[in-house]
Amino acid sequence: MKQYTNQGSNDTRSGFGDGLTELGRTNPNVVALCADLIGSLKMQNFIDENPERFFQIGIAEANMIGIAAGLTIGGKIPFTGTFANFSTGRVYDQIRQSIAYSGKNVKICASHAGVTLGEDGATHQILEDIGMMKMLPGMTVINPCDYNQTKAATLAIADFNGPVYLRFGRPKVPNFTTPEIGFEVGKGILLNPGTDVTIIATGHLVWEALKASEELERKAIYAEVINIHTIKPLDEDIILKSVQKTGCLVCAEEHNYLGGMGESIAGLLSLKSPCPIEFVATQDTFGESGTPAQLMSKYGLDKKAIMAKVASVLKRK
Amino acid sequence: MSDIKILHNISTQVRRDILRMVHKVNSGHPGGSLGCVEFFVSLYFSVMKTKIPFSMNGKNEDVFFLSNGHISPVFYSVLARKGYFPLEELNTFRLINSRLQGHPTTHEGLPGIRVASGSLGQGLSVAIGSALTKKLNNDPKTVFVLLGDGELQEGQNWEALMYAAGKGVDNIIATIDLNGKQIDGSTNEVLPMGDIDQKLKAFGWEVLAVKEGNNIEKIIEALKLAKDKLGQKKPIAILLHTEMGNGVDFMMHTHAWHGKAPNDEQLKDALAQNKETLGDY
Repeated sequence: MKQYTNQGSNDTRSGFGDGLTELGRTNPNVVALCADLIGSLKMQNFIDENPERFFQIGIAEANMIGIAAGLTIGGKIPFTGTFANFSTGRVYDQIRQSIAYSGKNVKICASHAGVTLGEDGATHQILEDIGMMKMLPGMTVINPCDYNQTKAATLAIADFNGPVYLRFGRPKVPNFTTPEIGFEVGKGILLNPGTDVTIIATGHLVWEALKASEELERKAIYAEVINIHTIKPLDEDIILKSVQKTGCLVCAEEHNYLGGMGESIAGLLSLKSPCPIEFVATQDTFGESGTPAQLMSKYGLDKKAIMAKVASVLKRK
Repeated sequence: MSDIKILHNISTQVRRDILRMVHKVNSGHPGGSLGCVEFFVSLYFSVMKTKIPFSMNGKNEDVFFLSNGHISPVFYSVLARKGYFPLEELNTFRLINSRLQGHPTTHEGLPGIRVASGSLGQGLSVAIGSALTKKLNNDPKTVFVLLGDGELQEGQNWEALMYAAGKGVDNIIATIDLNGKQIDGSTNEVLPMGDIDQKLKAFGWEVLAVKEGNNIEKIIEALKLAKDKLGQKKPIAILLHTEMGNGVDFMMHTHAWHGKAPNDEQLKDALAQNKETLGDY
């Protein structure tokens, strides 16, 4: 089993901010927009280095999405920045018509996704955004797992033609992926091979999945851990290949089980390779105030919850 | 033939196109389309400097966005008459497998369209984005956008109006089709919007008005004046007072033809009032 070590906890939003800074230096077509959350989105370095390529829109997300769509006409690659809640639900029709249906090359970059936003509570903790965004024809949906992967994803989507929803978070979390792992839009990553059960995780749950697999190994349960960072389009091959070997699956994500990554995978498997599946996800509920760790625990989004679901799914094999 | 006479002839033919398109499929929006014929003809055949064949990026040419996408019949007719796509394609309006969708879209690749519209209130923001890119690209050309007046009830417009003025976006001309009507009645009955002229000025826009919004000479004069006022750190709005259903007597002075097609008899009557000038499609 490959051991993944925390190279130093960092927030995924800083991965976005540092990726954007790099793009500012390397890609003259990249422009950025923000709806009054520069600090939260870690956009200040990009702004300092490229003031003419940054647009402070104010607290007006609908206008931001429309302006981003318009900026593509003439060849710019706009990256919009605000919280995930205000990046999706608040502006769904603007994204639908002006970006997705119009086929505009806009990158919707969304921080503070899920319950790990923490103390601000449920008004800001969106758990439905993956579902909304994956439903849009032509929209690519990416939820990276740590600082390094978020930075790599930010760089990759600039070279990817088409609308993208990039979802990341607020808290500092373990940073464990390495450059050798690489990042390719639409390609899942086999983090650890196993034989008894497949654990597919996205976002902040990937680290929890790795920790769970280590503990399972001590009980002689060998879990295959796969990171799906691109929820749409889904890497069907890596999923099918794995469950055909292990025969059962646990999906883990910081999102409602309705509309999330697990639902997409269940849909795939029901058509092509039915097997027992369990979901580590929120159970059709809103979040609440609390620390990220408290919320992950209360809403069943941690190592413990993954291990419990592994035990359940193994019984159904 | 004088330039104005040519534009009048095009306008008459565009009215025929609109009427025949909506009649054929018994759907679509003739009222607002007819009200904006002279504006579209003035824009595309006199004021804007555009390039054919169409390029999505619109570099170094004037570009136009239609925010109130339901008046697609006038947009499609003018684009076809200008040469963006074959005239015969107007026959496919609202039919299955057509590029001429009920509301305009880029999705089917129709030349001349740069963004989908139909869900109201989004076009001004998109036009502002396009104007910002022109500035970044040192492209001196102008961005034009048309909005409906009922559409101003959508809040996003006021975000966009605030932004353009607050940030000095001064390479954009937004025309508002003030026909005073929307689906459920007059704009005053549905939701009084007060003094739009004063509201836009309070938001920091330079506002021009065309009282005779169906008079080609007056429209061109206003658009030229608007162009002269560009580059002064202020966005320009034109309040275009139009008559919904203009050019067809029984479609004027009522909101009844906002989204209703004429029947066979009504089409005959309407076409008799607008004789063929350039040849029907």
